[in-house]
Amino acid sequence: MGDAPEGGLSRLSGFARHRRSKRIIANFTGFEADLLRSLASQLVELLRNEAAVPRDDQDPFEAMMDFSGPTAEPEDPVLARLFPTAYPNDDEAASEFRRFTEGGLRDGKAAAAVTIIDTLEEAGLPDQLSEDGLMIDVELDEPTAVSWMRSFTDLRLALATRLEIEDGDEDYWASLPDEDPRSQAHDIYEWVGYLQETIVGALSR
Amino acid sequence: MPGESGGTRVAMCHHGAVSAPSPVEVEPDTEKDLVPDEVALVATPWVTIVWNDPVNLMSYVTYVFQTHFGYAKKKAEKLMMEVHEDGRSVVSTGSREEMERDVQAMHEYGLWATLQKAD
Repeated sequence: MGDAPEGGLSRLSGFARHRRSKRIIANFTGFEADLLRSLASQLVELLRNEAAVPRDDQDPFEAMMDFSGPTAEPEDPVLARLFPTAYPNDDEAASEFRRFTEGGLRDGKAAAAVTIIDTLEEAGLPDQLSEDGLMIDVELDEPTAVSWMRSFTDLRLALATRLEIEDGDEDYWASLPDEDPRSQAHDIYEWVGYLQETIVGALSR
Repeated sequence: MPGESGGTRVAMCHHGAVSAPSPVEVEPDTEKDLVPDEVALVATPWVTIVWNDPVNLMSYVTYVFQTHFGYAKKKAEKLMMEVHEDGRSVVSTGSREEMERDVQAMHEYGLWATLQKAD
Protein backbone atom coordinates (compact mmCIF):
# COMPACT_ATOMS: atom_id res chain seq x y z
CA MET A 1 0.00 0.00 0.00
CA GLY A 2 1.03 3.61 -0.37
CA ASP A 3 2.66 5.47 2.48
CA ALA A 4 0.85 8.42 3.98
CA PRO A 5 2.31 11.34 2.06
CA GLU A 6 3.39 14.55 3.71
CA GLY A 7 2.38 16.74 0.80
CA GLY A 8 4.69 18.03 -1.91
CA LEU A 9 3.47 21.49 -2.84
CA SER A 10 3.85 24.61 -0.77
CA ARG A 11 1.58 25.88 2.02
CA LEU A 12 -0.54 22.80 2.40
CA SER A 13 -3.53 22.72 4.62
CA GLY A 14 -5.51 19.80 3.24
CA PHE A 15 -9.02 19.01 4.41
CA ALA A 16 -10.48 19.50 7.87
CA ARG A 17 -13.92 19.19 9.37
CA HIS A 18 -15.37 22.51 10.43
CA ARG A 19 -16.29 22.18 14.08
CA ARG A 20 -19.63 23.95 13.99
CA SER A 21 -20.98 23.47 10.47
CA LYS A 22 -19.60 19.87 10.28
CA ARG A 23 -18.71 20.59 6.69
CA ILE A 24 -15.44 19.41 5.25
CA ILE A 25 -13.41 22.39 4.19
CA ALA A 26 -10.21 23.14 2.29
CA ASN A 27 -8.53 26.18 0.78
CA PHE A 28 -6.72 25.93 -2.51
CA THR A 29 -4.62 28.45 -4.38
CA GLY A 30 -5.90 29.20 -7.87
CA PHE A 31 -3.01 27.14 -9.20
CA GLU A 32 -3.91 24.12 -7.06
CA ALA A 33 -7.61 24.33 -7.92
CA ASP A 34 -6.78 24.64 -11.62
CA LEU A 35 -4.47 21.62 -11.38
CA LEU A 36 -7.17 19.54 -9.68
CA ARG A 37 -9.68 20.55 -12.32
CA SER A 38 -7.26 19.61 -15.06
CA LEU A 39 -6.59 16.17 -13.54
CA ALA A 40 -10.31 15.52 -13.01
CA SER A 41 -11.09 16.62 -16.59
CA GLN A 42 -8.49 14.26 -17.99
CA LEU A 43 -9.99 11.41 -16.01
CA VAL A 44 -13.49 12.20 -17.32
CA GLU A 45 -12.16 12.26 -20.87
CA LEU A 46 -10.37 8.94 -20.45
CA LEU A 47 -13.45 7.31 -18.91
CA ARG A 48 -15.70 8.50 -21.72
CA ASN A 49 -13.36 8.17 -24.66
CA GLU A 50 -12.23 4.60 -24.98
CA ALA A 51 -15.26 3.03 -26.54
CA ALA A 52 -16.95 0.32 -24.56
CA VAL A 53 -16.85 -2.19 -27.38
CA PRO A 54 -17.88 -5.83 -27.31
CA ARG A 55 -15.08 -8.28 -27.93
CA ASP A 56 -14.56 -9.19 -31.57
CA ASP A 57 -14.22 -12.96 -31.25
CA GLN A 58 -17.91 -13.70 -30.94
CA ASP A 59 -20.49 -14.73 -33.46
CA PRO A 60 -21.30 -11.72 -35.72
CA PHE A 61 -25.02 -11.83 -34.98
CA GLU A 62 -24.41 -12.23 -31.27
CA ALA A 63 -21.98 -9.30 -31.40
CA MET A 64 -24.55 -7.13 -33.12
CA MET A 65 -27.17 -7.89 -30.50
CA ASP A 66 -24.68 -7.38 -27.68
CA PHE A 67 -24.66 -3.70 -26.86
CA SER A 68 -25.13 -3.96 -23.13
CA GLY A 69 -21.54 -3.43 -22.04
CA PRO A 70 -17.89 -4.23 -22.63
CA THR A 71 -16.67 -7.78 -22.08
CA ALA A 72 -12.92 -7.48 -22.63
CA GLU A 73 -10.36 -5.84 -20.34
CA PRO A 74 -9.68 -2.23 -21.43
CA GLU A 75 -6.49 -1.73 -23.45
CA ASP A 76 -5.42 1.38 -21.60
CA PRO A 77 -3.48 0.32 -18.48
CA VAL A 78 -5.17 3.02 -16.38
CA LEU A 79 -8.62 1.73 -17.32
CA ALA A 80 -7.47 -1.86 -16.78
CA ARG A 81 -6.51 -0.87 -13.23
CA LEU A 82 -9.74 1.05 -12.60
CA PHE A 83 -11.80 -1.90 -13.87
CA PRO A 84 -9.88 -5.00 -12.79
CA THR A 85 -10.81 -8.51 -13.88
CA ALA A 86 -13.10 -9.91 -11.18
CA TYR A 87 -12.59 -13.60 -12.02
CA PRO A 88 -8.88 -14.10 -12.73
CA ASN A 89 -9.31 -17.81 -13.57
CA ASP A 90 -12.60 -17.78 -15.44
CA ASP A 91 -12.65 -15.75 -18.65
CA GLU A 92 -16.32 -16.30 -19.35
CA ALA A 93 -17.47 -15.23 -15.89
CA ALA A 94 -15.03 -12.30 -16.03
CA SER A 95 -16.57 -11.11 -19.32
CA GLU A 96 -20.09 -11.40 -17.95
CA PHE A 97 -19.17 -9.51 -14.77
CA ARG A 98 -17.54 -6.78 -16.83
CA ARG A 99 -20.54 -6.52 -19.12
CA PHE A 100 -22.86 -5.94 -16.18
CA THR A 101 -20.63 -3.66 -14.10
CA GLU A 102 -18.16 -1.68 -16.17
CA GLY A 103 -20.63 0.80 -17.67
CA GLY A 104 -22.00 1.75 -14.27
CA LEU A 105 -18.51 1.95 -12.76
CA ARG A 106 -17.36 4.24 -15.57
CA ASP A 107 -20.38 6.51 -15.08
CA GLY A 108 -19.88 6.63 -11.31
CA LYS A 109 -16.19 7.49 -11.57
CA ALA A 110 -16.83 10.13 -14.23
CA ALA A 111 -19.63 11.66 -12.12
CA ALA A 112 -17.32 11.86 -9.07
CA ALA A 113 -14.63 13.63 -11.12
CA VAL A 114 -17.27 16.03 -12.48
CA THR A 115 -18.29 16.77 -8.88
CA ILE A 116 -14.75 18.02 -8.20
CA ILE A 117 -14.81 20.24 -11.29
CA ASP A 118 -18.28 21.63 -10.51
CA THR A 119 -17.48 22.32 -6.86
CA LEU A 120 -14.29 24.21 -7.75
CA GLU A 121 -16.06 26.29 -10.39
CA GLU A 122 -18.98 27.06 -8.08
CA ALA A 123 -16.39 28.17 -5.51
CA GLY A 124 -15.09 30.74 -8.00
CA LEU A 125 -12.50 29.02 -10.17
CA PRO A 126 -12.66 30.84 -13.54
CA ASP A 127 -12.41 29.08 -16.91
CA GLN A 128 -8.98 30.61 -17.44
CA LEU A 129 -6.74 31.26 -14.49
CA SER A 130 -5.41 34.81 -14.80
CA GLU A 131 -5.59 36.54 -11.45
CA ASP A 132 -2.65 36.13 -9.04
CA GLY A 133 -3.43 35.45 -5.42
CA LEU A 134 -6.81 33.85 -6.13
CA MET A 135 -7.92 31.51 -3.34
CA ILE A 136 -10.62 28.88 -3.75
CA ASP A 137 -12.36 27.85 -0.53
CA VAL A 138 -14.45 24.71 -0.76
CA GLU A 139 -17.02 23.53 1.79
CA LEU A 140 -18.24 20.00 1.17
CA ASP A 141 -21.18 18.22 2.71
CA GLU A 142 -20.48 14.60 3.54
CA PRO A 143 -21.75 12.93 0.33
CA THR A 144 -19.79 15.44 -1.78
CA ALA A 145 -16.67 14.83 0.32
CA VAL A 146 -17.09 11.07 -0.26
CA SER A 147 -17.26 11.73 -4.03
CA TRP A 148 -14.06 13.78 -3.83
CA MET A 149 -12.37 11.06 -1.77
CA ARG A 150 -13.32 8.34 -4.26
CA SER A 151 -12.18 10.45 -7.17
CA PHE A 152 -8.84 11.18 -5.47
CA THR A 153 -8.35 7.40 -5.45
CA ASP A 154 -9.05 7.18 -9.18
CA LEU A 155 -6.73 10.12 -9.91
CA ARG A 156 -3.95 8.56 -7.85
CA LEU A 157 -4.43 5.18 -9.53
CA ALA A 158 -4.26 6.89 -12.93
CA LEU A 159 -1.11 8.88 -12.07
CA ALA A 160 0.53 5.86 -10.42
CA THR A 161 -0.16 3.67 -13.45
CA ARG A 162 1.35 6.25 -15.81
CA LEU A 163 4.35 6.76 -13.49
CA GLU A 164 4.69 2.99 -12.87
CA ILE A 165 4.74 3.48 -9.11
CA GLU A 166 5.83 0.39 -7.15
CA ASP A 167 6.04 -0.52 -3.49
CA GLY A 168 9.29 0.69 -1.93
CA ASP A 169 10.38 2.96 -4.79
CA GLU A 170 10.59 6.14 -2.68
CA ASP A 171 14.40 6.36 -3.04
CA TYR A 172 14.12 6.27 -6.81
CA TRP A 173 11.67 9.18 -6.88
CA ALA A 174 13.73 11.15 -4.36
CA SER A 175 16.85 10.65 -6.52
CA LEU A 176 15.36 12.28 -9.63
CA PRO A 177 16.47 15.86 -10.33
CA ASP A 178 13.76 18.45 -9.67
CA GLU A 179 13.56 19.44 -13.33
CA ASP A 180 12.74 15.89 -14.43
CA PRO A 181 9.09 15.92 -15.57
CA ARG A 182 8.53 12.56 -13.87
CA SER A 183 9.67 14.11 -10.60
CA GLN A 184 7.14 16.90 -11.04
CA ALA A 185 4.38 14.43 -11.87
CA HIS A 186 5.37 12.42 -8.80
CA ASP A 187 5.07 15.57 -6.65
CA ILE A 188 1.50 15.98 -7.92
CA TYR A 189 0.78 12.33 -7.16
CA GLU A 190 2.05 12.85 -3.61
CA TRP A 191 0.00 16.00 -3.25
CA VAL A 192 -3.25 14.27 -4.26
CA GLY A 193 -2.30 11.55 -1.77
CA TYR A 194 -1.94 14.19 0.92
CA LEU A 195 -5.36 15.60 0.05
CA GLN A 196 -6.81 12.11 0.22
CA GLU A 197 -5.17 11.34 3.57
CA THR A 198 -6.66 14.48 5.06
CA ILE A 199 -10.14 13.98 3.57
CA VAL A 200 -10.22 10.39 4.91
CA GLY A 201 -9.21 11.80 8.29
CA ALA A 202 -11.96 14.43 8.16
CA LEU A 203 -14.57 11.83 7.15
CA SER A 204 -13.50 9.30 9.77
CA ARG A 205 -14.24 11.63 12.66
CA MET B 1 -22.73 -17.96 -16.49
CA PRO B 2 -21.78 -21.48 -15.54
CA GLY B 3 -23.04 -23.41 -12.59
CA GLU B 4 -25.55 -22.91 -9.90
CA SER B 5 -26.15 -19.19 -9.94
CA GLY B 6 -27.10 -18.55 -13.55
CA GLY B 7 -30.72 -17.84 -12.80
CA THR B 8 -30.12 -14.78 -10.66
CA ARG B 9 -27.34 -13.31 -12.75
CA VAL B 10 -29.74 -10.98 -14.47
CA ALA B 11 -30.12 -9.09 -11.20
CA MET B 12 -26.70 -7.55 -11.93
CA CYS B 13 -27.99 -5.94 -15.08
CA HIS B 14 -28.37 -2.19 -14.71
CA HIS B 15 -28.50 -1.40 -18.37
CA GLY B 16 -31.63 -3.03 -19.66
CA ALA B 17 -29.89 -5.81 -21.54
CA VAL B 18 -32.01 -7.60 -24.06
CA SER B 19 -32.74 -11.09 -22.88
CA ALA B 20 -35.04 -13.64 -24.38
CA PRO B 21 -37.72 -15.10 -22.13
CA SER B 22 -36.52 -18.33 -20.58
CA PRO B 23 -37.92 -21.40 -22.25
CA VAL B 24 -40.09 -23.38 -19.90
CA GLU B 25 -38.32 -26.71 -19.75
CA VAL B 26 -39.12 -27.81 -16.25
CA GLU B 27 -42.24 -28.47 -14.27
CA PRO B 28 -43.05 -25.73 -11.78
CA ASP B 29 -42.32 -27.99 -8.81
CA THR B 30 -38.91 -28.91 -10.14
CA GLU B 31 -38.18 -25.29 -10.89
CA LYS B 32 -39.04 -24.36 -7.36
CA ASP B 33 -36.47 -26.86 -6.14
CA LEU B 34 -33.84 -24.95 -8.05
CA VAL B 35 -34.42 -21.50 -6.57
CA PRO B 36 -30.91 -20.05 -6.77
CA ASP B 37 -30.81 -18.79 -3.18
CA GLU B 38 -31.41 -22.28 -1.91
CA VAL B 39 -28.80 -23.69 -4.23
CA ALA B 40 -26.34 -21.09 -2.97
CA LEU B 41 -26.94 -22.22 0.60
CA VAL B 42 -25.83 -25.75 -0.06
CA ALA B 43 -23.08 -24.87 -2.53
CA THR B 44 -19.52 -23.99 -1.66
CA PRO B 45 -19.39 -20.42 -0.38
CA TRP B 46 -17.59 -17.74 -2.35
CA VAL B 47 -15.08 -15.22 -1.08
CA THR B 48 -14.12 -11.65 -1.96
CA ILE B 49 -10.37 -11.09 -2.00
CA VAL B 50 -8.74 -7.65 -1.84
CA TRP B 51 -5.19 -7.51 -3.22
CA ASN B 52 -2.39 -5.20 -2.22
CA ASP B 53 -1.43 -2.35 -4.52
CA PRO B 54 1.28 0.30 -4.13
CA VAL B 55 -1.18 3.19 -4.29
CA ASN B 56 -4.11 2.96 -1.90
CA LEU B 57 -3.50 4.45 1.52
CA MET B 58 -3.80 2.34 4.66
CA SER B 59 -6.22 4.85 6.19
CA TYR B 60 -8.40 4.75 3.09
CA VAL B 61 -8.50 0.95 2.86
CA THR B 62 -9.50 0.80 6.54
CA TYR B 63 -12.19 3.42 5.92
CA VAL B 64 -13.59 1.40 2.99
CA PHE B 65 -13.74 -1.85 5.01
CA GLN B 66 -15.53 -0.04 7.85
CA THR B 67 -17.93 1.80 5.60
CA HIS B 68 -18.87 -0.87 3.07
CA PHE B 69 -18.83 -3.98 5.27
CA GLY B 70 -19.77 -2.26 8.53
CA TYR B 71 -16.76 -3.81 10.26
CA ALA B 72 -15.52 -2.38 13.55
CA LYS B 73 -12.34 -0.34 13.21
CA LYS B 74 -10.25 -3.10 14.80
CA LYS B 75 -11.42 -5.74 12.31
CA ALA B 76 -11.08 -3.34 9.38
CA GLU B 77 -7.50 -2.55 10.42
CA LYS B 78 -6.65 -6.24 10.82
CA LEU B 79 -7.89 -7.01 7.29
CA MET B 80 -6.08 -3.96 5.92
CA MET B 81 -2.82 -5.15 7.52
CA GLU B 82 -3.32 -8.60 5.97
CA VAL B 83 -3.65 -7.00 2.56
CA HIS B 84 -0.59 -4.86 3.23
CA GLU B 85 1.65 -7.60 4.63
CA ASP B 86 0.41 -10.81 2.97
CA GLY B 87 -0.52 -9.22 -0.36
CA ARG B 88 -4.17 -10.26 -0.09
CA SER B 89 -6.98 -10.85 2.35
CA VAL B 90 -10.38 -12.51 2.28
CA VAL B 91 -12.65 -9.63 3.27
CA SER B 92 -16.07 -11.25 2.94
CA THR B 93 -17.73 -14.65 2.45
CA GLY B 94 -21.16 -15.51 1.10
CA SER B 95 -23.12 -16.43 -1.99
CA ARG B 96 -21.73 -15.74 -5.43
CA GLU B 97 -24.20 -12.90 -5.95
CA GLU B 98 -23.25 -11.26 -2.66
CA MET B 99 -19.57 -11.52 -3.51
CA GLU B 100 -20.16 -10.00 -6.94
CA ARG B 101 -21.82 -7.04 -5.25
CA ASP B 102 -18.89 -6.70 -2.84
CA VAL B 103 -16.34 -6.88 -5.66
CA GLN B 104 -18.28 -4.27 -7.62
CA ALA B 105 -18.34 -2.01 -4.56
CA MET B 106 -14.58 -2.46 -4.04
CA HIS B 107 -14.00 -1.47 -7.67
CA GLU B 108 -16.17 1.61 -7.10
CA TYR B 109 -13.76 2.50 -4.28
CA GLY B 110 -10.72 1.78 -6.47
CA LEU B 111 -9.58 -1.30 -4.57
CA TRP B 112 -8.32 -4.29 -6.53
CA ALA B 113 -10.76 -7.09 -5.69
CA THR B 114 -11.60 -10.50 -7.14
CA LEU B 115 -13.96 -13.31 -6.21
CA GLN B 116 -13.61 -17.08 -6.21
CA LYS B 117 -14.96 -20.18 -4.54
CA ALA B 118 -13.77 -20.63 -0.98
CA ASP B 119 -10.88 -23.10 -0.68
